[in-house]
Amino acid sequence: MTIEVRYTIKRQDFILDVDFKIPSQGITAIFGQSGCGKTTLLRIIAGLESCQTGFLKVGDMLWQDEQFLVPPHQRSIGYVFQEASLFAHLNVQKNLEYGLRRINKKDYKVSLQQAIDLLGIRPLLQRKIHQLSGGEQQRVAIARALATSPKLLLMDEPLSALDLKRKHEIMPYLESLHDELSIPIIYVSHAPGEIARLADHLILMDAGKIIDSGSVSELFTRLDLPLAHGDKASALIHAQVSGHDMEFNLTYLDFPGGRFTVSYKPIEINHPVRLRVIARDVSLTLEHQSQTSILNIFPAVIAEILPENDSQLMIRLSLNSVFLLCRLTKKSASLLDLSVGKAVYAQVKTVALLL
Amino acid sequence: MLSESDLAALIITLKLASITTLLLLLIGTPIAWWLSQSRSRFKFLFEAIIALPLVLPPTVLGFYLLVALGPNGPIGGLMQSLGGQSLAFTFSGLVLGSMIYSMPFVIQPLQSAFTAIGKRPMEVAATLRASPLDRFFSIAVPLARPGFLTASVLGFAHTVGEFGVVLMIGGNIPGETQVLSIAIYDHVEILEYNQAHWLSGGLLLLSFLMLLSVYALNRRFSITDRC
Repeated sequence: MTIEVRYTIKRQDFILDVDFKIPSQGITAIFGQSGCGKTTLLRIIAGLESCQTGFLKVGDMLWQDEQFLVPPHQRSIGYVFQEASLFAHLNVQKNLEYGLRRINKKDYKVSLQQAIDLLGIRPLLQRKIHQLSGGEQQRVAIARALATSPKLLLMDEPLSALDLKRKHEIMPYLESLHDELSIPIIYVSHAPGEIARLADHLILMDAGKIIDSGSVSELFTRLDLPLAHGDKASALIHAQVSGHDMEFNLTYLDFPGGRFTVSYKPIEINHPVRLRVIARDVSLTLEHQSQTSILNIFPAVIAEILPENDSQLMIRLSLNSVFLLCRLTKKSASLLDLSVGKAVYAQVKTVALLL
Repeated sequence: MLSESDLAALIITLKLASITTLLLLLIGTPIAWWLSQSRSRFKFLFEAIIALPLVLPPTVLGFYLLVALGPNGPIGGLMQSLGGQSLAFTFSGLVLGSMIYSMPFVIQPLQSAFTAIGKRPMEVAATLRASPLDRFFSIAVPLARPGFLTASVLGFAHTVGEFGVVLMIGGNIPGETQVLSIAIYDHVEILEYNQAHWLSGGLLLLSFLMLLSVYALNRRFSITDRC
């Protein structure tokens, strides 16, 4: 099952020209700067934005072609807007039931109770909307969308209207959506951090066009793409817990390029985890250093070098076909005589566990 | 206190105002909704026509209505050719005249209430499987409740208070088309100040109570937090 999308739209000051297929499982993130058309694209998929021609098919459900158009209320979608947009005249419970009451009993896949528990909103059910915090409102909005048992969940920057504290409050719930439901999710965002934590698949948009798509870990480290540049440029690594060292309180995480040693995390052995390594936290040496405090050192081969600015370079390292980014000064690169194909050791100072 | 004809005038006034308000809500709601949603280039034209009774002297409106409703006018003539009677000097004629006269007082509050809701709640409802009609009744109408309240009371009160239009098209037939405002005028004209006081004071109190209830209820129902 895949989701097929083809649209060409010309408006006065804006052109949207997209043609892509995405796997209908996991979270597909659409990433791009404000105004690149990612929200418009999401609204088109929901049927909220009218456009005469185009093609949209989700699994075996045809939603639009040249002759045919399914109106939004007949599409089996859940849509989470940037602002929670709860109905002010209904309490939390009634908001949750609004969509649920309008679908066929035979289409029930996600029960209301499941949605309530997944988002942790049981204590809020009898509250009025204005008694909820921004984060609580957004959780209710997500549960309300889930309660319709959608075949496709569309999320338009659901965290962007929230402050950092609320973002951290909601993130675990979004992760549990990913792990516990089999509903494909399209997640629009301009925050690489959210994408690193949540997404499996990534579509990069710029000025109404798709510039690339692929797995998140691949696109994050492609030097020809904007994500691999700037202060937050980072690599995403899939690893799994391989053991714990109770003497020093450490946890070992294996990935194809080696083994990370991190502070103890209470995670079961073999549990998959995501790691994010920021380019400026990686340094290179030509020989394996033993006299160092850094624990995470991996043999690597330089795959690509691109100037980052006047004084710095961005380097893509291959660790047994897993890629890491490393940001160095041009001076260091010259001292070490770095070039593509050269074997080096990558020292990783810090690694963030994304779970 | 109230004479028999005064009582009849009171009943006719309340009946007229109720029927007018009810019919205006029925007809005005879809018009107000269309005005709030439409991006038509000609919207301003309809808005101007609807606002016209606000600025037109009631006697001008009454005069044209009299001409139109009379046996030789287009509407009255049509009614007669269909076997009915012309609408001038009848209660039905009064209702029609009142509806036109009070139209902006019903449609404008509804339109601004619908506009204030914005597109978002309707879009959300659409993604939650509500059809256009369903979302109108389950979302737009409840969210526009303060607007409906204001529209009803203003429409009712404005109809109770009309004079010029009624005088022109209804005449002043006691028990049939004589309304309170005209009864007061009649009393004053023959210097029955006592009677005029009773009726005027009653109308003053009624109007104040209606406005009081609008403001009190709108405060209770106000939806402060829309997000």
